[in-house]
Amino acid sequence: MKKFSSLLHNLILTPSRNTKIKLLQDYFNKLDINRAYALAILSDQLSFQFIKASKLRELVYEQVDQHLFDYSYDYVGDLAETISLIWPTKKEGKSQNLSTLIENIKKIKKSEINTEFSKILSELSNNERWTLIKICTGGLRIGVSERLVKTALADLYNKSVNEIEEIWHGLEFPYENLFQWLKNEISKPKIDFKKLFHPMMLANPIDEEKDFKRLDANEFQAEYKWDGIRVQLMVSSKSVSLYSRTGDNISSAFPEIIEATEGDAVIDGELLVGRNFKPSGFNDLQQRLNRKKASKDLQNKFPVFIRAYDILFYKGKDLRKFSLLERRKYLEKFQKENKTNQIDLSSIINFSTWKELTKYKNNFHDDLNEGVMIKLKNSEYLPGRKKGYWYKWKKNPKLVDAILMYAQRGHGKRSSYYSDFTFGVWKESELVPIGKAYSGYTDKELLVLDKFIRNNTINKFGPVREVKKEIILEVAFDDVFPSTRHKSGVAMRFPRIHRIRWDKPVNEVLTISEFKKEFKLS
Amino acid sequence: MDFINHQLFIKDINVHIDPIFPKKTAIITHGHADHARFGHDHVIATRQTIDIMKIRYGDKCAKKFTPLRYGQKYSIKNYDFTLYPAGHILGSAQVLIEKNNHRLVITGDYKVGKDETCKNFKLVKCDTLITEATFGLPIFQHPDPKDEIQKLIRSVKINKNNCHIVGAYALGKAQRVMNLLRQQKYNETIYIHGSLEKLCQYYSKEKINIGKFEKVSSKDKNFYEGKIIIAPPSALKDRWSRRFPNPIICMASGWMTVKQRAKQQGIELPLVISDHSDWNELLDTIKKSKAKNILITHGQEDALVYYCKKQNLVSKPLSIQGRSDEEIE
Repeated sequence: MKKFSSLLHNLILTPSRNTKIKLLQDYFNKLDINRAYALAILSDQLSFQFIKASKLRELVYEQVDQHLFDYSYDYVGDLAETISLIWPTKKEGKSQNLSTLIENIKKIKKSEINTEFSKILSELSNNERWTLIKICTGGLRIGVSERLVKTALADLYNKSVNEIEEIWHGLEFPYENLFQWLKNEISKPKIDFKKLFHPMMLANPIDEEKDFKRLDANEFQAEYKWDGIRVQLMVSSKSVSLYSRTGDNISSAFPEIIEATEGDAVIDGELLVGRNFKPSGFNDLQQRLNRKKASKDLQNKFPVFIRAYDILFYKGKDLRKFSLLERRKYLEKFQKENKTNQIDLSSIINFSTWKELTKYKNNFHDDLNEGVMIKLKNSEYLPGRKKGYWYKWKKNPKLVDAILMYAQRGHGKRSSYYSDFTFGVWKESELVPIGKAYSGYTDKELLVLDKFIRNNTINKFGPVREVKKEIILEVAFDDVFPSTRHKSGVAMRFPRIHRIRWDKPVNEVLTISEFKKEFKLS
Repeated sequence: MDFINHQLFIKDINVHIDPIFPKKTAIITHGHADHARFGHDHVIATRQTIDIMKIRYGDKCAKKFTPLRYGQKYSIKNYDFTLYPAGHILGSAQVLIEKNNHRLVITGDYKVGKDETCKNFKLVKCDTLITEATFGLPIFQHPDPKDEIQKLIRSVKINKNNCHIVGAYALGKAQRVMNLLRQQKYNETIYIHGSLEKLCQYYSKEKINIGKFEKVSSKDKNFYEGKIIIAPPSALKDRWSRRFPNPIICMASGWMTVKQRAKQQGIELPLVISDHSDWNELLDTIKKSKAKNILITHGQEDALVYYCKKQNLVSKPLSIQGRSDEEIE
């Protein structure tokens, strides 16, 4: 555990990619049982059922005064780090192996979690505690992607990273076959590709100035970009399963899709909420997300369907090396053969110049798409975000000027900066908050805002600071919906700070009724 | 204790403690720039603090200087002032103010832990305590500085082709790092950024063991491989640091407790070495001072105020103008 936690400590503080790779290789080169656990942790495949963020808070409140913890958490902005620092250190116990420690934790009974897990935390050093809590809460955020770990392994054993990528989703803890193959002790593990989640092909944002000059419009096809969640549907005579973009099996949350689908294929598409293939907005979709199961009632209220973009396998045939145009033919064939109310096809937009495509991109009649996708007609289906094949071109965002009202410290890399901003518009002589944003600004703007907030606080509510109403933020957002949960009656989708409007006086900001009128909410 | 206001100003006799603007009479706790400023008529401080002010701002940075020894009483009308060691940096002092049997202590910046570069903190019992709270959160529990400096020495041994640039405040922290290295038997020449030179010379003259040091010069790039260089934190991000061979960026500061902080600042080797009291030392000082009235200045005052109230002590924050709540040391 000591070695692994100092690996993580060094990884988080090292800016250089090469040094990170070297650190990883030094660790993995020591061939012991811990490396399988390390690999599982670094690729976010290990978690404990009973120990999540809320449980950890409960445990730390048993150890230290709640207010003192909250003040500290507000300052540090990272749960794992706050707990690891504030936890009263007893005498450090004998240092345990990463593998032993994890197996011991897995054995803890639910009823004994509080005492047993607290005991473990007390016997660790600060840094080990930090590591263990990071493992529990998942998502290490130490600046190391899964891809980087694979790259480190590939380089260490003279393999190509794409070879690892290809079999990755078919591997299971403790990855014996992977390590044996890396060391050339066995041949490459055989994976049943049909049953495997296949990493999805992703798009890069288009650079309007550069790319359109360079790219030939005739070589591309366009489709609308739908605002749902990207899914992979695996259909065979034996089973149907649905995976999210990250490879999580989400079948049980969408039983109507699983029940209705037939055929033999792997489909890539967008999951949307709506009736008769008419999507009804992200707000509705949210009612179906982050649930393990969906009741009949929920299914009736918010029915889902898949808008298919692509096909990877058809009747056992691997189509990924085929061109997009050829795959499209298979996709149409599949749909014709297996008509359901749950799958339709993403339609193709006809255009001959980039300029012509602009009007489709900005298609404001139909608010339910968020722009267009531009895909190279003869592109293979390539995992990841490879450059030069697929592009996304988003609609111009909606913009509104609003007044900065409250600020709070941020988390992660923005921790300790006042970087979460609540802004509002007028309601008679008062301000009413319409949203909260914690991105979009440049580093420089953040420093300016942070300084303004520290020097112009007029009130503190716990971690929240109320500031003088002097700064106008131009806020960009994708959409806005009516909401009963907010005082203003509106909820924004993906608001971010576009720029600071130094030029505009606060009395020129809209009122809430003007705002609603402008964005067609009343 | 109502004789002093939230700006640490005693109106009665027109005396300020650590004022940020030029004033008639200023008692200065120590030489850091957020406490010692240029242009007062009359400065009262320890001899070392006065020396340091003259080094930094010139001999004429005040019209008149009154040096005080630790423990020596100085009276203005019916106010008696005494300076006591604060253990923060060379010359640093707490100020005891006595009036009509009321004892008020302004700690200034202080630390309780041992430090060979200055006189160690002396606890002064009082009725009212005005304490700093730079590290006033329970997450701050400073480790033994010897262990931290060993991390640096180990890294120098392992990474022979790199040079280590240690960010440390020019006054106090830089010399403490040098002294700690000497305590741990690191006997090589330590290279310093030009802005540290006069202060290092002064520390040497005051018989503080910081060993052999030399100003960084435009030598052959590879000369600095395996060496330790000390520079003010501002120089770490500057082009100045790019001239060295494979630098490993280190920082000696209490803020380095928080990994996210170190990461934000691009620090690869954080060294938790602080010249301020940590949480436990703050609580201990408050308790042992026997003060019933606790005022808390710059830093993370909220948590400390909360704690004091829980102990049935009268406590409130003082927000002193010109002190940002962070990044001071």
